[in-house]
Amino acid sequence: MPWFRRSKEKISPDSKKKDLPDGLWEKCLGCGEIIHKKQLEVNLWTCLKCDYHFRVGSEEYIQVLLDDRSFKELFKKMRSSDPLKFVDTKRYNERITAAIKKTGLNDAVRVGTGKINGKSVAFGCMDFKFIGGSMGSVVGEKIARIIDKAYKSKIPLIIISQSGGARMMEGAYSLMQLAKTSSRLARLADAKIPYISILADPTTGGTTASYAMLGDVNIAEPKALIGFAGPRVIKQTIGKDLPKGFQRSEFLLERGFVDKVVSRQELKQTVSNLIDLMT
Amino acid sequence: MGKTILDFEKPIFELEEKLEEMKESSASLDIGKDILRLETKVAQLKEELYKGLTRWQRVQLARHPDRPFTLDYINLMTENFIELHGDRHYGDDKAIVGGFAKLGDYKVMLIGQQKGRDTKSNVYRNFGMANPEGYRKALRLMKLAEKFNKPVITLLDTPGAYPGLEAEERGQAEAIARNLFEMSRLRVPIIVVIIGEGASGGALGIGVGNRILMLQNCWYSVISPESCSSILWRNWDYKEQAAEALKLTAPDLLEQKIIDRIIEEPLGGAHKDHQAAADTLKSALLEELDKLVKIKPEKLIEERLEKFGSMGEYIE
Repeated sequence: MPWFRRSKEKISPDSKKKDLPDGLWEKCLGCGEIIHKKQLEVNLWTCLKCDYHFRVGSEEYIQVLLDDRSFKELFKKMRSSDPLKFVDTKRYNERITAAIKKTGLNDAVRVGTGKINGKSVAFGCMDFKFIGGSMGSVVGEKIARIIDKAYKSKIPLIIISQSGGARMMEGAYSLMQLAKTSSRLARLADAKIPYISILADPTTGGTTASYAMLGDVNIAEPKALIGFAGPRVIKQTIGKDLPKGFQRSEFLLERGFVDKVVSRQELKQTVSNLIDLMT
Repeated sequence: MGKTILDFEKPIFELEEKLEEMKESSASLDIGKDILRLETKVAQLKEELYKGLTRWQRVQLARHPDRPFTLDYINLMTENFIELHGDRHYGDDKAIVGGFAKLGDYKVMLIGQQKGRDTKSNVYRNFGMANPEGYRKALRLMKLAEKFNKPVITLLDTPGAYPGLEAEERGQAEAIARNLFEMSRLRVPIIVVIIGEGASGGALGIGVGNRILMLQNCWYSVISPESCSSILWRNWDYKEQAAEALKLTAPDLLEQKIIDRIIEEPLGGAHKDHQAAADTLKSALLEELDKLVKIKPEKLIEERLEKFGSMGEYIE
C-alpha cells in the first residue's frame, strides 16, 4: 500500500463528521463560532462574536425591518411562464418547479405593504436562494408593481436586493426588466416619493445596474459583495488578483456609491429615521 | 471590403471565385451559357444560405469585422456631424461616440458604441466596451439634446460593458442604471437601433427609447452565447446551443415584442454594401422621426414607460 494512503478508516475524508444535533446550531462563516439557531434569530442572523451577517431571505428580512405581522403580501402567485421554452442541460421549467419546491417561494422576490415603526411602506425583498436571486419577468414585474403601489399610495418604497443579476433563461425579456424597473423609479422620483435601496450580499449584474443602485439613499449591509461584473470575470479580464475588499460594501462607500454601511441591528432604526427626515 | 469570410460562407465564396475565373477566360472559350447557369445557381444558393441562417451564424454576421460601425453610419447617413467629447467628470471614453448632426432635414443627437476594425483601433476603442464615463458622456449628450429639443438616435453595437477593475471603481452599474432612469424620462424622442451586437446591460445602457429598430443580422440579449454556454453548460463549447436557446435574433425579438421593426440588410450582410445599408436605415429613421416629432414630451415619456412596462411574460 502506498505510504500516502490513510490506513485508518475513521480519519478518511468520507468518514462522517460528528455533526452538531441536526438543524439546531449554525456555524459562523466569519469566525467559526457555533451559535444556536434561536440565539441567531434573536441577534437578527448576525454573529454575536464577529458581526458576520448570515445570508438570509425575505422571511427573515420581513422580521428585521417590518413591524410584527404588518406585512401584507401582494402578487404572491405570479410565476414564470418560461417564455423562451429554454433548455440548457436542464429545462428551465424544471428548474423553476424544483426551486419552488425547495424554497416554498414562487420566484426570487416578494413584495407587499407593511409598516416600519408605524409608518406605511411599500416593500420588496429578493431571495437569493431562488435561482440565485436572478431577475426575470416575474421579478421585474413585481418590482415594477410595488413601485407603482408606492406611487399610487404615496408611501415610501424600500427594496432589499440580493441577486446574481438578470436571469439568463429568459433572454432579452430579462434584460428589459432593467429598463422596466428603472423607468418606474423615474416616475416615482418625479412624484417626490422616497426610495431607499438596501443592498445585501450579493448584489451583482443587472440588479445592481437598475433598481439596486437607484435609491435616493443606498444602504449596504456590511461586507456585502456589490458590483456589476462578477469578481471571477474581472479577474479573467485583467489577469491579476483583485485587491482585498474589492466590490465589498465598504469599498463602495469609499468610492461614493452607497450612502451608508449599516449593520442589520441598526437597519430598521436607520430606515425609520430616514423616512421621518425625508417625508 | 469582404476580406473576412465566415466558415459557412466558404462554399459560396468558392463558387464566386470560380465564376470570376470563368468570366476571365470566357473571351477565348465559348462558355457564356455555362457562366450564366453558374451565376443563377450562385444567386440562388446565396439567397437560400442567408435565408436559412442559424442563430449562431447570425451572431457571427453581427460581429463581422467589415460591418459598418457607428461612425460609418453617421458618415454615410448624416451631414455636418460634430463629435462631442467627455463626460465632464472623468474623461472621454472612446468606446462611445456622439454628437450633433443633420439627418435629412432633422437636427439630431447621434450616440453609439464604437468598435475598431483592426487590433490598433480596437485597442483604442476598447473593442466597443464602454467604461462608466462612456455611459455618462452619452447621458450628458442626451441632456444636451433635451435642452435644445433635438431627437436622440442611439446605435447599439457592443460585446458588453467593460468588466474591468476601474470600471467597477467608477460605478459601472450606477452609470448604466442612471442612464436607464434618465432615458425613460427624457423629453425628446429617442430612437434606438441595434446595428451589430447588443450584449446585455452594456448595450441597454443607451437603449431605452420610443422606437427600437434592429438590423437584420444582429443579436440582442441578456448575455452572449459564449458566456451563457460557460455558465449553464460549464463549458465554452455550447455557444451554438446557447444562441438557439436565447432566441436572440431580430425575428425572435420582433416576436417577443422587444423590437418594433427589422431593418433589412443587403444580401449577405450590411458589410457587403455599407452605403446601401446606411440608406435603408436612414429612410427608416426619417420615417420614424416624422411620426415621433409630432408627439408631446409627456406622451413620449408615457409611451416609453408603457413600452418597457409591457415587456416580459409571466403567469398570474
